[in-house]
Amino acid sequence: MSATPLLELRGIDKSFGPVQVLRDVALTVHPGEVTALVGDNGAGKSTLVKCISGIHPTDAGEFLFNGEPVHINSPRDAAALGIEVVYQDLALCDNLDIVQNMFLGREKRSGIVLDEPSMEQLAAETLAGLSIRTVTSLRQHVSSLSGGQRQTVAIAKAVLWNSRLVILDEPTAALGVAQTAQVLELVRRLADNGLAVVLISHNMNDVFAVADRIAALYLGQMVAQVKTTDITHAQVVELITAGRSGALGLTDDSGGGGNGNGTQPADSISGGHR
Amino acid sequence: MTTTAVRKDGPAAVTPPPTVGGHVRTYWSRVRGGDVGALPAVLGLIVLCTVFAVMRPSSFLSAGNFANLFTQGAAVTLIAMGLVFVLLLGEIDLSAGFASGVCAAVLANVVTVLGYPWWVAVLAAVATGVLIGTSLGLLVAKIGIPSFVVTLAGFLAFQGIVLLLVKEGTNISVRDEVLVAIANRNLAPTLGWALTAIAVVGYAAVQLLRHRNRVARGLITDPIAVVALRIGGLAVILGTAVYVLNLERSRNVLIVSLKGVPIVVPVIAVLLIVWTFVLQRTSYGRHIYAVGGNREAARRAGIDVDRIRISVFVICSSMAAIGGIVAASRANSVDPNTGGSNVLLYAVGAAVIGGTSLFGGKGRVLDAVLGGAVVAVIENGMGLMGYSAGVKYVVTGVVLLLAASVDALSRRRAAATGTR
Repeated sequence: MSATPLLELRGIDKSFGPVQVLRDVALTVHPGEVTALVGDNGAGKSTLVKCISGIHPTDAGEFLFNGEPVHINSPRDAAALGIEVVYQDLALCDNLDIVQNMFLGREKRSGIVLDEPSMEQLAAETLAGLSIRTVTSLRQHVSSLSGGQRQTVAIAKAVLWNSRLVILDEPTAALGVAQTAQVLELVRRLADNGLAVVLISHNMNDVFAVADRIAALYLGQMVAQVKTTDITHAQVVELITAGRSGALGLTDDSGGGGNGNGTQPADSISGGHR
Repeated sequence: MTTTAVRKDGPAAVTPPPTVGGHVRTYWSRVRGGDVGALPAVLGLIVLCTVFAVMRPSSFLSAGNFANLFTQGAAVTLIAMGLVFVLLLGEIDLSAGFASGVCAAVLANVVTVLGYPWWVAVLAAVATGVLIGTSLGLLVAKIGIPSFVVTLAGFLAFQGIVLLLVKEGTNISVRDEVLVAIANRNLAPTLGWALTAIAVVGYAAVQLLRHRNRVARGLITDPIAVVALRIGGLAVILGTAVYVLNLERSRNVLIVSLKGVPIVVPVIAVLLIVWTFVLQRTSYGRHIYAVGGNREAARRAGIDVDRIRISVFVICSSMAAIGGIVAASRANSVDPNTGGSNVLLYAVGAAVIGGTSLFGGKGRVLDAVLGGAVVAVIENGMGLMGYSAGVKYVVTGVVLLLAASVDALSRRRAAATGTR
């Protein structure tokens, strides 16, 4: 399943004026897997996502989509490849119903008339495909939905467009316990349906609950990308806060590929904790 | 694999098949949840009509007065229909009244002073409306001045332009037969019935086709009884109105016969249908609601927000132009006060009383017509009871405040129950 990565980034650099936000970032995302992107505030998670979704151009680096080199220069390019982003402050209109929101900006039409039945049918199929049963009517206004249901609609909206990679920016940040579980279950189901999922989260419980791989950013560098089963809670926290944990992460302060051969105190203290 | 396996489970939204009772319950729970829609306007209309009918049975209930209501309320209703678009974005157009005055003055100048045919004058007036709307929209959307300020400036400036166009206080008469006919002549009774039949059959066809299409696709539909009720309701209302309007209302039939549907009624009806279609059935209309509901979400969905914002001001000012034409037709002339005094406030009042929210994102063109009817009934009924203009203004102001309170309170209630 994870033979060819769906998306592979190599050597991504990005600066805003004098501030280098991303430094030589590499990331692989596999179909059918949830890749958690973790990092402290300002580590560059959002910038990386914006580079992938075409909002920011990158300064250097390669994008490989399905093994083929691609250029993503605008959100439209990203959408054409099947990359959809679900933003933290969900972009839904309260005064529209679920179907209207899911098709917003991309309404199906026959002639100049909106093709409501087709849209409703497609929306119903998409929700059914994700086993979403929490919404009672597709024609209810989004304002009447709970936070979890709204997040569900936002995610379903992203899935509607034959997307292959869905990026979720802190989907559970504002949710209660039960609703978080609901949304995480949906995230898992997206991956089980064969999509590649990138989940940005601050919550370690969420990350370990659904992610197959964890990619940790520290001050604009990708310090580790490992399988969830190969790493512990504490190690991830260490990677986020210090950029290193045992043999994982930065090996010397240049951040290069060489193995600091036991000369660094941090290495010798926590070494061998794999 | 997983996908297809899961999809066999059927539609996600499994709800019991709709029944008439369920339909009524849904509606009632929506009203209780703060989504009152046009209910206050309809109730207000019933209450006002009952009160005036009891106080002045002979004059208020006469066929002649019923026809008067339409011609009296027409200009305000047309302006209100345009205002609905601006209000849907949460903006306001305070200049709509005098914009209609400017357009009416252009009309009068072109047809009377320059002597062009009526249709050139109408085109010139509407073009003036489009120009005004484009300027307002550009100032609001591109420069970023609040619409309140832009249109307040327009309110003052257009008042001045009307004065300049009608040469400082003189008035320009409009004698063109076609233009005068709009607000002063009636359709032949048979034509009235024919149009009514077309309207009812057309509505029934649209409703039944939609119902059949949805049933064929296995989607949840309104029960057929509700659909039939809607069609029947429209037929009864239109039929009664046309019947009354087709009664002879001349004081002396020997001198002149006066019966039939006033020509401005089909004008309003056609515009109502066109704009309702645009708002409900096209993606442009959908985008207006989206921008009014959440501008950022609309922008992220790829909607050109600025284009939408400019376009609603164009629609509003163009409808104001049509309102101005009707006003000029009704008065047979244009003077410096055309579109002035209470016209704007009546128009805003009509839209809000009808259920259009001042906060944006909620409203229909039909609201403007219902609200316009309320305003017209107040104006007409209080006139018949001999109240002075002062009392009429106070009452209309109070009604507008009531409507705005209903809007604000229902919004608060909706926020509390989570069903905005």
